[in-house]
Amino acid sequence: MSTLTLLMAVLALVAMLGGALLAILCKSTAVAIMATGMVSLMASVLFVLLAAPDVAMTEAAIGSGLTTFLFFFVLGRVKGADND
Amino acid sequence: MTSRLLTLVFLAGLAVLFGQLMSGYSPDAELNLTADYYARHAAPDLGSPNIVTAIIVTYRGLDTLGEVTVLFLTAAIVALVLSHGRVAQTARAPKPLPAGELLQTGSRLLAPLILLFGIYVFTNGHLSPGGGFQGGAILASAVLLLLLTDPMRRFSHSLISRIESTAGLLFVGIGLLGLLLAGGFLDGRFLPLGGFGALISAGAIPLIYSLIGLKVGAEFSSMLLSLSETEDKS
Repeated sequence: MSTLTLLMAVLALVAMLGGALLAILCKSTAVAIMATGMVSLMASVLFVLLAAPDVAMTEAAIGSGLTTFLFFFVLGRVKGADND
Repeated sequence: MTSRLLTLVFLAGLAVLFGQLMSGYSPDAELNLTADYYARHAAPDLGSPNIVTAIIVTYRGLDTLGEVTVLFLTAAIVALVLSHGRVAQTARAPKPLPAGELLQTGSRLLAPLILLFGIYVFTNGHLSPGGGFQGGAILASAVLLLLLTDPMRRFSHSLISRIESTAGLLFVGIGLLGLLLAGGFLDGRFLPLGGFGALISAGAIPLIYSLIGLKVGAEFSSMLLSLSETEDKS
């Protein structure tokens, strides 16, 4: 593993940890959902660096794409129910 | 206070566990027996440049069938649970605010491209990274984009379920054909292997992966649609 790859892996790891902490600590649910999406996205970057592009595509498409939007969808529903 | 202490103890235990795992880890110098067999035999036997696809579709094809079944069950249960909340189209439901110009125009431009990319991903599953599951998820994300633009848009449920069940039946049918004409269940070698690295090659692998892609895409889309169509019960 070259130095550049290692550096990128460390960056992705730090971003994942930061995203996870942000998701737990922040007050706004929308920001927390975005942060969990970022954790998934950085995990898929990590999978690419570890030479597993197939897993990375699944993680990017399902983990950070569909799941994030599904959470937003449900969040919209829950908020709409609150206002009634 | 006690719960916080318990959490700390739990975290410390996890840290010890992972620390042990990390300190005892040393990368293997060579592939183990099974991996070595797959790495050496996948390309000449099945004609698929992407070894991961060869393993998922052929060697471990039965597991893939199981995964698709799990996904199908999930979609069916989501539809079953949410169908109770589904209200017939009445004027009672308030119309949501129209989406912005940017989102509407952008989705009109992007949705066909995303669909095309999903189809590209699963038809090229034997050549490049990606395959049925990834392509299916990309197809579903195009449906999601259309739903985001216009939440009142309705897609045909019967079309989606027909695509899904046809793809599933054909998938199992091809598996049985492999049992009859080639080495075993889901063995794709009853079709010619073709030129190594060509789009139409590797026996039935592209066919099987396209069917899986359609099935997964239809399942995710039907889940999203049931979520979207469930009206709030007041």
